[in-house]
Amino acid sequence: MQDVVLALLVKEPSHGYDLRRRLAAALGPLGETLNAGQVYVTLTRLEKAGLVVQAREDTPVRGPRRKVYAPTAAGYERVAAWMAEGAGPRTDVPEFHLKLVAAAESGLADPLALVDARRRELIRSLAEAQHAALAHDTNGEAGLLLEGIALRLQADLRWLEACERAWSARTKGGKGGGAG
Amino acid sequence: MTRDVPLIRAWSRRSGTDDNPGAGPAGHRSGDASVPALRAVGLSRAYGQDESLVWAVDGVDLDVPAGQTLAVTGPSGCGKSTLLQLLGGLDRPTDGEVWLGGRRIDRLGERALAGLRRRAIGFVFQSFQLMDELTAVENVELPALLAGASPRTARRRAAALLDQVGLTDRARHLPSELSGGQRQRVAIARALVNEPLVVLADEPTGNLDSAATQDILRLFGELRAAGQTLVMVTHDERVAATADRVVSLRDGMLADDTRLDGSGGTARLGALLDWEG
Repeated sequence: MQDVVLALLVKEPSHGYDLRRRLAAALGPLGETLNAGQVYVTLTRLEKAGLVVQAREDTPVRGPRRKVYAPTAAGYERVAAWMAEGAGPRTDVPEFHLKLVAAAESGLADPLALVDARRRELIRSLAEAQHAALAHDTNGEAGLLLEGIALRLQADLRWLEACERAWSARTKGGKGGGAG
Repeated sequence: MTRDVPLIRAWSRRSGTDDNPGAGPAGHRSGDASVPALRAVGLSRAYGQDESLVWAVDGVDLDVPAGQTLAVTGPSGCGKSTLLQLLGGLDRPTDGEVWLGGRRIDRLGERALAGLRRRAIGFVFQSFQLMDELTAVENVELPALLAGASPRTARRRAAALLDQVGLTDRARHLPSELSGGQRQRVAIARALVNEPLVVLADEPTGNLDSAATQDILRLFGELRAAGQTLVMVTHDERVAATADRVVSLRDGMLADDTRLDGSGGTARLGALLDWEG
């Protein structure tokens, strides 16, 4: 969560309320479980760690004042490192999805490049699972485990195909439609 | 013309010494490892014309070294089946070249191309495409007979191949008496009967359940170990993952090219476990 919030701040300095709105937009129904407090806790932790600073305070016409945060140099570095590192073997769907959103928003990485790298990782894992599965009896204990792993990896790869379609359409659309 | 080639040399090529050049189909098999079994250069195929012109395959460069198992994947409509047809001489490119074992084939005349397809390429299709009125062994021996083998030689090769695919006891059955997986194994035996330079398979497991799919993949694994060059088109990631190399097609173009390590390692699987939990 810290990495995602940092990446959103790389795009533009922002306050907690706005960050929560952007996260909720990226997460859809899953974002409904995200409470306002969690974003503020994350911001406080990032500030303590020296990764963000309070850039200014906005005073809206109505409502409370809002602290606007911006990433520090160390914050930039941390996000860049997060973008560069491959997703781990047990990365789940929401985590990778947020990484793609963060990559596109921050402009620090090309979502399609992340998808390609992830696909290569997954197909290599699937190759291991398949070669192992072919060497085992499907109905034995090891065979069942391998079957489950292979099906999971296959599902992840199919989802990546959908990601590629959607993000390549957006990239093209973005180029055509300017910065809007 | 009867030629008494070792029965199933294709199955033991990697382990044995291949010191028998010229014994292969019409001498196409090259001992020169630097010549790719299959090569595409700027390969393109367009359909329609003028404004409705669509490039199904668009400038594909691809070298398939001898002995490699290559999977071609991509979403439906990406051009992967068209690519396979071009590589196998079943369709003519609009532009570009196809080379089979060091010989350019895209400009051959119809008759020469048909002969080459029969002798040097083994095809495996999603729908098996066996002759319904012929038994399993008759289906397998047919391409050998068409290529000029004597009935005795053809029958012996067919019987040996059916044994290799585990169907000796089904040799005299009609396709209608076989399961889908068995039919595809007959089709694979048929594809191998003329010891082809390459086997081209279009969605070979597309009509099979998962157990039959695994059987076919085990069979492909044996072919791979024997050094058979194999190119398969598949939309099934699990099938693609058993290849040495996976290329993805997008809109008729090569989008990705990944080498896989089929050495049987399990480091990645181990990383799925969290022992610290």
